[in-house]
Amino acid sequence: MALSSEGADRFAALLEENQEALVGAWNDRVVETLRGRLSRTELHRQTGELRRAFQLALAGGATSLADPSAAELRAQLSELSTSRARQGFTATETAVSVFAFKEAVLESLPDDASVLREYIAFSTFVDAAALFTFDSYVQVREALIADQAEQLLELSTPVVKLWEGVVAVPLVGTLDSARAQVVMERLLQTLVDTGSPYAIIDITGVPAVDTQVAQHVLKTVVAARLMGADCIISGIRPQIAQTIVALGIEFGDIATKASLADALRYVLGKTGQSARKPRER
Amino acid sequence: MSDSGERLAINSDQDVVRVRQLVRTVAVAVKLSLVDQTKLVTAASELARNTFVYGGGGSAEVTRVDNGRRQGIRIVFADEGPGIADLDLALTDGYTTGGGMGLGLSGARRLVDEFAIDTEVGRGTTITVTKWCR
Repeated sequence: MALSSEGADRFAALLEENQEALVGAWNDRVVETLRGRLSRTELHRQTGELRRAFQLALAGGATSLADPSAAELRAQLSELSTSRARQGFTATETAVSVFAFKEAVLESLPDDASVLREYIAFSTFVDAAALFTFDSYVQVREALIADQAEQLLELSTPVVKLWEGVVAVPLVGTLDSARAQVVMERLLQTLVDTGSPYAIIDITGVPAVDTQVAQHVLKTVVAARLMGADCIISGIRPQIAQTIVALGIEFGDIATKASLADALRYVLGKTGQSARKPRER
Repeated sequence: MSDSGERLAINSDQDVVRVRQLVRTVAVAVKLSLVDQTKLVTAASELARNTFVYGGGGSAEVTRVDNGRRQGIRIVFADEGPGIADLDLALTDGYTTGGGMGLGLSGARRLVDEFAIDTEVGRGTTITVTKWCR
């Protein structure tokens, strides 16, 4: 049941007349659900602005949330969702903040049945607003998750300088094609930047080495070789070694070591350096 | 004798990761040794990826099984893709129609205790693998 334009006018007037009482009653209801995670002043500001946006939308003749005159209201609702989503409130807590407005309005209504029809129409309008909040909440959360996934991709593939002329890539987690690409680019760039002749790829943190992972690692090694750097694969645990043998993957003449320490010792041996403990004087 | 299994759809790379995680969880639950866990997870990873890449998507069903003496895990990968025309060739090390290493199917067979494949061109492929606790 859609709001009639007379109904919209009537509620706009009602929201204006009773603004103090409305915002107060609204706050009282919302504050329970938020359990002190938002200050009363902040909440008062939000509900005050929302009430104003509702009033303006209705006064502008909005009979549904999609009307052009409700644009300001929609913007306010998205802003509310964005801030709640970023502060870690649940979707329900966010939507309830809007639903509570209905109850607050019900209290300010005159005590007769004449406005009932209009109230139900108004209630549908607020429901639509709450659902809109819910939708924007989900969108904001999805955007947050996508951002985090991207950050994780960046964070999880560091290339570190281990020694003079030796860089290492500690791989952690699932090595899919996207990550393998990032790893390869980073490693090759670091080889150029540091002029290192040796690179160690450590797979201690990769839970399962299947043919796809092996293929990505091998491609990275070949690419590094083309640039004149020697690659060592380290962190091959016993169970991984047995699995690789059963799968039939061959690493050819690529040096492989059980631990990162072994790999570093091997490289230092090749360059004629050695890692001894500093002698006491 | 077996519990009802858990079924996962395989329609993306993320689903392959999900299958792997589920298999690992169940493998730990039936107390498979660390080596066997890793072997089974790797085999599941290969077969799930085949289901996605060559089968055009499908499903994996992971079930705990018990033959009275030993516990184990059975995984059924099913797709309704093009099927495998020459099974012997597909099971040859190094043969691939994609860009992979050609070791997934043959390697997976070596990683599990029982391996059954049912395929028909145009109908799809169903692969059943089982790993028993030692």
